[in-house]
Amino acid sequence: MTNSIIWTIAILTVLGLVLSLVLFWVARKFKVEEDPRIDEIEKTLPGANCGGCGFAGCRAFADSAVKAGNLDANYCPVGGNEVMKKVAAILGCEIKEAAPMVAVVRCNGTCANRPRTNQYDGALSCKVKASLYSGDTMCLYGCLGCGDCVAACQFGALSMDSATGLPVVDESKCTACGKCVAACPKRIIELRAKGPRGMREYVSCVNKDKGPAARKACAAACIGCSLCAKTCRHGAITVTDNVAYIDFEKCKLCRECEAVCPTGAIHGTGFPKPLDKEAVKARIAERKAKEAEAAKAAAAATEVKKEESNG
Amino acid sequence: MAKLTFSIGGIHPADSKLARDCKIETLPLPEKVYVSMFQHLGAQAKPIVAVGDSVKAGQIIAEPGGFISAYVHSPVSGVVRSIAPRPDLAGFNCMHVEIEVQGDEWAEGIDLSPELVTAIPEDRDFILDRIKMCGVVGLGGATFPTHVKLNPPPGKKADCLILNGAECEPFLTSDFRILLERTDEIVVGAAIMQKVLGGCPCVIGIEENKPEAIEAVRASVGRLGYPGIRVETLKKRYPQGGEKQLIDAVMHRQVRSGGLPIDVGAVVQNVATSLAVYEAVQKNKPLVTNVLTVTGDCLPAGSMHNYLFRIGMPLSWIAAQAGGVPEGAVKIVSGGPMMGKAIANFDAATVKGSSSILYLGESTRRGAESPCIRCGRCADACPMGLEPFLLKKLYKAGDAAALEQNAAQDCIECGCCQYSCPARIPLLDNIRMAKAQVMGIIRARNAKK
Repeated sequence: MTNSIIWTIAILTVLGLVLSLVLFWVARKFKVEEDPRIDEIEKTLPGANCGGCGFAGCRAFADSAVKAGNLDANYCPVGGNEVMKKVAAILGCEIKEAAPMVAVVRCNGTCANRPRTNQYDGALSCKVKASLYSGDTMCLYGCLGCGDCVAACQFGALSMDSATGLPVVDESKCTACGKCVAACPKRIIELRAKGPRGMREYVSCVNKDKGPAARKACAAACIGCSLCAKTCRHGAITVTDNVAYIDFEKCKLCRECEAVCPTGAIHGTGFPKPLDKEAVKARIAERKAKEAEAAKAAAAATEVKKEESNG
Repeated sequence: MAKLTFSIGGIHPADSKLARDCKIETLPLPEKVYVSMFQHLGAQAKPIVAVGDSVKAGQIIAEPGGFISAYVHSPVSGVVRSIAPRPDLAGFNCMHVEIEVQGDEWAEGIDLSPELVTAIPEDRDFILDRIKMCGVVGLGGATFPTHVKLNPPPGKKADCLILNGAECEPFLTSDFRILLERTDEIVVGAAIMQKVLGGCPCVIGIEENKPEAIEAVRASVGRLGYPGIRVETLKKRYPQGGEKQLIDAVMHRQVRSGGLPIDVGAVVQNVATSLAVYEAVQKNKPLVTNVLTVTGDCLPAGSMHNYLFRIGMPLSWIAAQAGGVPEGAVKIVSGGPMMGKAIANFDAATVKGSSSILYLGESTRRGAESPCIRCGRCADACPMGLEPFLLKKLYKAGDAAALEQNAAQDCIECGCCQYSCPARIPLLDNIRMAKAQVMGIIRARNAKK
């Protein structure tokens, strides 16, 4: 009895020692040389493995960055400029700083704005719902409200507002990874520049129908009237397919478009004061009057010149 | 004689053929009809009329937009008022030709007399051309252009023409009514299709819950005396009328995954299609009318109808003719309760394939979903031998390769899994998405080759 126990311990010990030697030898012989910077970069990255950069996780990102030797094709939207600077320091290269982005929900079809015409009774998924029919309102383009974006968000930045039936973005948590953008079958969510101190202007509608149809479907729809585009002095607004779009790189946040929009489809967020529509409208009217006067004066001047040259 | 049925899966819902004794009534003409350019499987038809044109009933107003597409005819006489997008049944915009009805004048060359023409034309190409020019599409649900289906690719030969009179969907009675009231025409239509397919035998399959129809068709087949046509009684079981299920039941052959019925020598046509073929070939009458059932479990007895409608009549207008939407209707469905689509836009126009307006009551509302307990009822019910619970799980996990391995693309969307699920899990909703995903992958792979 004692003998067999001793034998067992002895055999296992010897076996263990021999195998550890084999493993040691194999580890030395077949060692894969890997750039240590890959590990270093991976540690620097946020480690969310969200895929927001376009790579299959943080390791793949680090691998491709080291292989390329620069960061032209790599940008981690979650870590932002700060993390990217650290990564650049490891690689010893420059980065292009990008403006911090945030997800913006471009639909304002709340229960009050957009009357429900039917009740959906299928699987709770926007993707399924979008494949079945146009939705439970007259709007073919708006939010379906089943929360695919909320399910897609790994950072807990999205939630459904039960009062409006629309998703709400928590700016402090949103990392602009773009998962919600891809999850939305109606392509309502867009990544936009966060703007100075979180101030930004955007058109909260993607309805491509003509004015009357869009208006009938939703009280807050963009009707494509182009009033905003005509008012904008910075050429930031374009109207295509009956829906306006504000280019956030050109927008100077003057909020004039927001003031003139007849349906309230243009939203401004992050501004310290609420918009005084009448004051802004008066300002625009004054400017327009001045411009008209100047144009008249210029016309008169050219006429005088003409007369002079004729005379 | 033994009743035929398919080999695996299936369910037995109550057949609820409430409108079975209602004779087919002809609807009056509305003020306007809206003719969709997308009434068939395949490419959208291209309108060839202009706003302000006068058209006669049966006149071609749109040409096929591709090889798999169909002609569209004006269902009424009148003036074209607009050619514009209009929401269809599901609320999506789709091109429609709006025609204001003026009188009821038919285009020349169309025989509107009720006399039965039994002599079948000899020329196969003439028959196929007539079917094509009259815009005949499969009326069993998929609306596949009939002239394409009746013209198998070279090297493939039809061993059997199956005429589908199963009407296994609960509530629907339009096929049953035409089997009773237009029996001879349907049998002649079958003989015409037999001729086109090279004289193969024809089986008319009818479910056992329609004994009057079986008797009537048997009598008609005996009276008309075309060779090689026989009537078979099918068991009452859903989805007996599914193309692959019917081939299994009648010919005991299985269509392989990704294959077509013609691969096993079968061509399946609905009885309503047979009637349309008869009218097209013998009477030169285009497909501009069809029979639709107005029924439902919340309709009072006596307000059910089987209507002969002109294509393009708005659903809401037909409903108004039948007495309006009943109280207690929770869902309005076009098609049967198993595979039909809930109507999102009640003003949508009827199309060639419209088969019903179905009002369903409170009991049809979906209950709250609860977790899957792996009872396997969905796998027992699936007539294609799939495992719906697994497919749903794989879809949620986003595993496209495993979905293809588990044959998500073979799903026929019959809804048996969802019907049999005690946990009320929306299985089909998810599998449909999975199927679309796998089909996309297969198509992309084939395009690469």
